[in-house]
Amino acid sequence: MENTVDKAIITVVGKDAVGIIAKVCTYLSGTRINVLDISQTIVSGYFNMMMIVDMKQAAKSFMECQKDLNALGEEIGVAIKCQREEIFEKMHRI
Amino acid sequence: MINIWEVNETNKMVEQENLDVRTITIGISLFECIDSDLKKLNDNIYRRITTVAKDLAKTAEKIENEYGIPIVNKRISVTPIALIGGAACRSEEDFVTIAETLDRAAEAVGANLIGGYSALVSKGMTRADELLIRSIPTALTGTRRVCSSVNLASTKTGINMDAVRLMGEILLEVAERSKDRDSVDCMKLVVFCNAPDDNPFMAGAFHGVTEADAIINVGVSGPGVVKTALGAVRGESFEVLCETIKKTAFKVTRVGQLVAQEASKLLGIPFGIVDLSLAPTPAIGDSVADILCEIGLEYAGAPGTTAALALLNDQVKKGGVMASSYVGGLSGAFIPVSEDQGMIDAVQAGAITLEKLEAMTCVCSVGLDMIAIPGDTKATTISGIIADEMALGMVNQKTTAARLIPVIGKGVGDTVEFGGLFGYAPIMPVNRFSCDDFINRKGRIPAPIHSFKN
Repeated sequence: MENTVDKAIITVVGKDAVGIIAKVCTYLSGTRINVLDISQTIVSGYFNMMMIVDMKQAAKSFMECQKDLNALGEEIGVAIKCQREEIFEKMHRI
Repeated sequence: MINIWEVNETNKMVEQENLDVRTITIGISLFECIDSDLKKLNDNIYRRITTVAKDLAKTAEKIENEYGIPIVNKRISVTPIALIGGAACRSEEDFVTIAETLDRAAEAVGANLIGGYSALVSKGMTRADELLIRSIPTALTGTRRVCSSVNLASTKTGINMDAVRLMGEILLEVAERSKDRDSVDCMKLVVFCNAPDDNPFMAGAFHGVTEADAIINVGVSGPGVVKTALGAVRGESFEVLCETIKKTAFKVTRVGQLVAQEASKLLGIPFGIVDLSLAPTPAIGDSVADILCEIGLEYAGAPGTTAALALLNDQVKKGGVMASSYVGGLSGAFIPVSEDQGMIDAVQAGAITLEKLEAMTCVCSVGLDMIAIPGDTKATTISGIIADEMALGMVNQKTTAARLIPVIGKGVGDTVEFGGLFGYAPIMPVNRFSCDDFINRKGRIPAPIHSFKN
């Protein structure tokens, strides 16, 4: 069975702009965070992305990554959240 | 795998619909602290609480950050102090020193409130029980975080009317002592029938004598989430209505279960229960009364309210039990007045009365909660209201409670401001006819016939 403990969900919500995915992915690859799944839509002009990532090999702690991503979000002008996956898994799966 | 819509739904619940974990409560047994020397007893209690709960605030913060779910309160409940202080306390003042110790210990570990300044007197009062009860006014006005509860009745023992009479007087005294602050200390005092041993919510939390050394109990909330979900099924049948409440309660409770397990792991304290109560706050939309309106009432209190609440309470439980391995505490819908904007609106519109609220407590958890009444209400009248509420719990084999706030110097038409999560409340009229001769009888009301099941 897959180890879900190290999985996290990153959500990016905000005004659409060039290079949002690129900037987030650059950070992730630089921190050795592996992207498992990406979905992205535009809802009434707003960029809305969700990534499932594996943080097992991450170079930084979960808290540090959260802080970095928040800062990156402020820089791009979007809201970036990073949460452990279990909260979604528990809520939506029996 | 989880998809984007599910992720957005969860985050929307937190960001827009006020989903939160209302409390992580560590229950701590204080039996090992008992000593006949008062100073030693106080030292033991302080050491025990600050050792077991030392990481409470830090742990809650970590969970909050990692899962992105707010944890509003960090609390502690302890073994009823009447049992712990009995050997050392010779006077009311002696008991008050324990309240002060609890207050200091709670502050040291960053707990918002500490419950358990309590006595269990459903059949009779020991000397220690009575001393503790008589010390409540001084204990509550002299501390900030200490909450007190007294179990006055149970289905198995009947109603201790001597204690009911005493509590009417005590409540008025608490009100009098804090009259310069709108009698606000009454919020920290609640009386029960069939009090649960594992309730994580205040003011009634205590660590029951049936519990282990320490335990984690979690209370979730989410009236806003239920209301939003029901908004999408307006006009549909009762079947659809019930299904929607159940599914939503499942989701909300799952968050509580996850947080409880994680807190238990991080703190090294066993997981007790998740309390699946719908606990409102004064935040707009975070209201149980609004759910009742969404079900189809103009205001909470309109005819049909009791039926709608019965339905809501039952579906919340049905959805919740599926989501957690152990549910307990009070588990149901809370109907406090001051903490629920929809309920406040109903009082101001004249839609709901004290008597209707009493009827509603027959079908939901807890009871008459956070209700401001005129400060000139007689002690016997307060005891009468309490006795009625105890009788409902006793006969229906359920928990009921009363947390009334007689606001000294104010009357019907005035409003009291409690601040923060406690909100504000319009003062509600109380039936003015006397029950003096009833309340002044001595002794207890026997247990009802259907309690003899052995």
